Amino acid sequence: MSAADATVALRDPYHVGHAGESQARGHGAGGPASKRIVVGYGFWLFLLSDIVIFSCLFAAYAVLAQATAGGPSSKQIFDLNRVAIETACLLASSFFCGMASIAVAKRSRLWTQIWLVVTGLLGLAFILLEVSEFSALHAQGDGPTRSAFLTAFFTLVGCHGVHVSAGLLWLGTMMAQLFAKGFRADIRRRFLCFTMFWHFLDIIWVAIFSLVYLVGTKL
Amino acid sequence: MNLLGKLTWSAIPFDQPIPLFSAAVVILIVVGVLVWVAAKGWVPYLWKEWITSVDHKHIGVMYCLLGLLMLLRGFIDALMMRSQQALAFNAPGYLPPEHYDQIFSAHGTIMILFAAMPLVIGLMNFVVPLQLGVRDVAFPTLNSVSFWLTCTGALLVNLSLVVGEFARTGWLPFPPLSELRYSPGVGVDYYLWAVQISGVGTLLTGINFVTTILKTRTYGMTYLRMPMFCWTALAACMLIIAAFPVLTATLAMLTLDRYLGFHFFTNGAGGNPMMFTNLIWAWGHPEVYILVLPSFGIFSEVISTFSAKPLFGYRSMVIATLFICLVSFCVWLHHFFTMGPGGDVNAAFGIATSIIAVGTGVKMYNWLFTMYGGRIRFATPMLWSIGFLLTFITGGMTGVMLAVPPADFLLHNSMFLVAHFHHVIIAGVVFAVMAGITYWFPKAFGFRLDEGWGKATFWFAITGFYVTFVPLYILGFLGMTRRLQHYDVPEWRPWILLAAVGIFIYLCSAVCQIIQLAVSICNRDALRDVTGDPWDGRSLEWATPSPPPAFNFAHLPHVENLEAYWNVKQRAREESRLDGAAPYEDLEMPRNSPTGFVCAFFATFIGFALIWHIWWLMILGLIGAYATFVVFAWRDVPEYVIPAEEVARIDRANRAVRQEALLSEQPT
Repeated sequence: MSAADATVALRDPYHVGHAGESQARGHGAGGPASKRIVVGYGFWLFLLSDIVIFSCLFAAYAVLAQATAGGPSSKQIFDLNRVAIETACLLASSFFCGMASIAVAKRSRLWTQIWLVVTGLLGLAFILLEVSEFSALHAQGDGPTRSAFLTAFFTLVGCHGVHVSAGLLWLGTMMAQLFAKGFRADIRRRFLCFTMFWHFLDIIWVAIFSLVYLVGTKL
Repeated sequence: MNLLGKLTWSAIPFDQPIPLFSAAVVILIVVGVLVWVAAKGWVPYLWKEWITSVDHKHIGVMYCLLGLLMLLRGFIDALMMRSQQALAFNAPGYLPPEHYDQIFSAHGTIMILFAAMPLVIGLMNFVVPLQLGVRDVAFPTLNSVSFWLTCTGALLVNLSLVVGEFARTGWLPFPPLSELRYSPGVGVDYYLWAVQISGVGTLLTGINFVTTILKTRTYGMTYLRMPMFCWTALAACMLIIAAFPVLTATLAMLTLDRYLGFHFFTNGAGGNPMMFTNLIWAWGHPEVYILVLPSFGIFSEVISTFSAKPLFGYRSMVIATLFICLVSFCVWLHHFFTMGPGGDVNAAFGIATSIIAVGTGVKMYNWLFTMYGGRIRFATPMLWSIGFLLTFITGGMTGVMLAVPPADFLLHNSMFLVAHFHHVIIAGVVFAVMAGITYWFPKAFGFRLDEGWGKATFWFAITGFYVTFVPLYILGFLGMTRRLQHYDVPEWRPWILLAAVGIFIYLCSAVCQIIQLAVSICNRDALRDVTGDPWDGRSLEWATPSPPPAFNFAHLPHVENLEAYWNVKQRAREESRLDGAAPYEDLEMPRNSPTGFVCAFFATFIGFALIWHIWWLMILGLIGAYATFVVFAWRDVPEYVIPAEEVARIDRANRAVRQEALLSEQPT
């Protein structure tokens, strides 16, 4: 053992972190990560926490799905055609949101705004379809207060709907920001978060589509 | 349409002298303080340096202040409960049942969510960025939003004292009791919105700190070089991210039941009250570890520093922390063994609960071996730590007793349980926070706290604790259930009286604590910490001046091993000089922002409006909160510059006193 190694050993009784040490920024010895990474990472964590909220609602739905209390069952009220159109709208809006990301990467103001408008319109169509489904159910007396099953259904799907609506509000604000501030670094980071949020809404919807609607019409 | 919703004059408790009187006193004090601050001309200073501050150190201090205030409020509730039970033998006592029920509900809610959480998060805020060698948390403005939303929650809980009532359902509002049918008043609504709003703040803190710890550490600060407190803070914040959304979702479901007639937890229409019990404890049990893990971190720092030794078994400590972090999600069912899960399920959760004690056992031995052979200084933080070691061991053992399902069937909901969780939370969290505050106080304010009064605080606290809670264990064995407003069993009487004596001993501790603060502030010149390293510390926070400048570190430190600052000091002693400083540069720091305060202002109105069904006010509040975010998002200059000369001046002065102190030491 050389003298230098001995000094290190003396100072560091556990020899920690000396072998195979990564020099990467953020997760190694390379110092703080870039702002873009930090912001994106933080937003991922937020999405994760939001997924936990949804998982509680999914669990509640699973517990209460059969508790129809004499009211209609899922098979009687689900209309897969409408759900298919809703799904198509949302997935397509996610595609156009991706197009907007490319436009931002290319620094094209015009195409960014165009793709974001298309994204928003498809999102709006999704919301309108959902509202029409909900109001039709409510009108025939099968609102959320009818049974525990309908309570869980309206809450789970409605919570996703509220997220999409909040996303639309964010989208509008984002477009205004892009218009007013251009492709500044902080605006691009915010846009990154928005696109992550919008794709996350898809992930939740795929779960709702499969576990609520597809399973619900088969049982 | 009624413009004020359900709010009428009858919400003010004119007929109940106790809440009315205490509310009047509180309002007088608050108004008095505000007038005093305004008269002294301190408002601009407070607004600029504290209220709108996004500096993690200032936010940490404000969190601790809020936590201490709420600790006092919760303690007053405890005094009332103990004295009520002391008087209510074959008698009604002085607190009517509906008031007594509000007091024990408020006590639990305040102590856990508005005293312990802000204190722990406050210390995390202050210490973690300094220990990681960085200049701030990942999202400074979000940090301010978190703090002020917590304040909104605390404000709403305390508002319920004056306007309306608080929940009478216990600190966790179990349905069907908490459903509209059985709790028609606004008490449960106060609980729901206060906890919901502050819960959002806590979640944002969790996200902020996990990002800070995982993504912004300084150069060379690999995972296995992070101080133990950072590891425990990381574990606690990961638990926050995983557990607090469960709380949000669960309370949202109960809110929907109460406000819109949904059927999640109702008796009728297929609702399932047991689902609430499961969901709330899926948050509630990890919550215990969210509080106690950072506390373990504080003890690790304190014991290592005051034993003048590196922490024994650092890696096993990291593993134990993450083990507890993981297993804390697998034990929630032990809160309701008696509610029908069946033998097999009970056995599985009973075993998991016993196993989690293994992780804590590892830590216990590590702390003991850290002290073994060390040069121990019995300063106040160390007294709290040793008090914790001795007390927590037995508290943990009563926990293992409760983890055995057949024993739990006898002890469930008894005073034994009350004694157990106070045992672990007071020894684990309150002692830790006291140790942490005494330990880091000089770093925050530039002067130490008075040792004599600190030691008096400790001795009264630990004596008061044992005299209060040992009788409660015995009462549990004598069959006394929790939350009794009055009783007629003569065998209980002496123990209840003894517990009442105990809490008055604890009161002496609270008084000593306040005197300690006052005395220390008066003697601050004698207690001044000139070097920034009053305890001969080992981690990076002690490498900064006390109090640290806004930018913390003139240069981001390069860390070479586990005990970053100890290493620097050793080298300075060997080479008889502190390492030379690199050239100074201009530093960019985040600008202050009133976003957090304004958001919380609107959140308070939203919460109040929802509690009292004042819908127009709620909509105004929502618009205001959205507008605040847009204004924040629109700003163009998020940072201000500290010129290099200023950085150099502060850093050079600190290096000079530090080098002098290091070189004038006796060789060891």
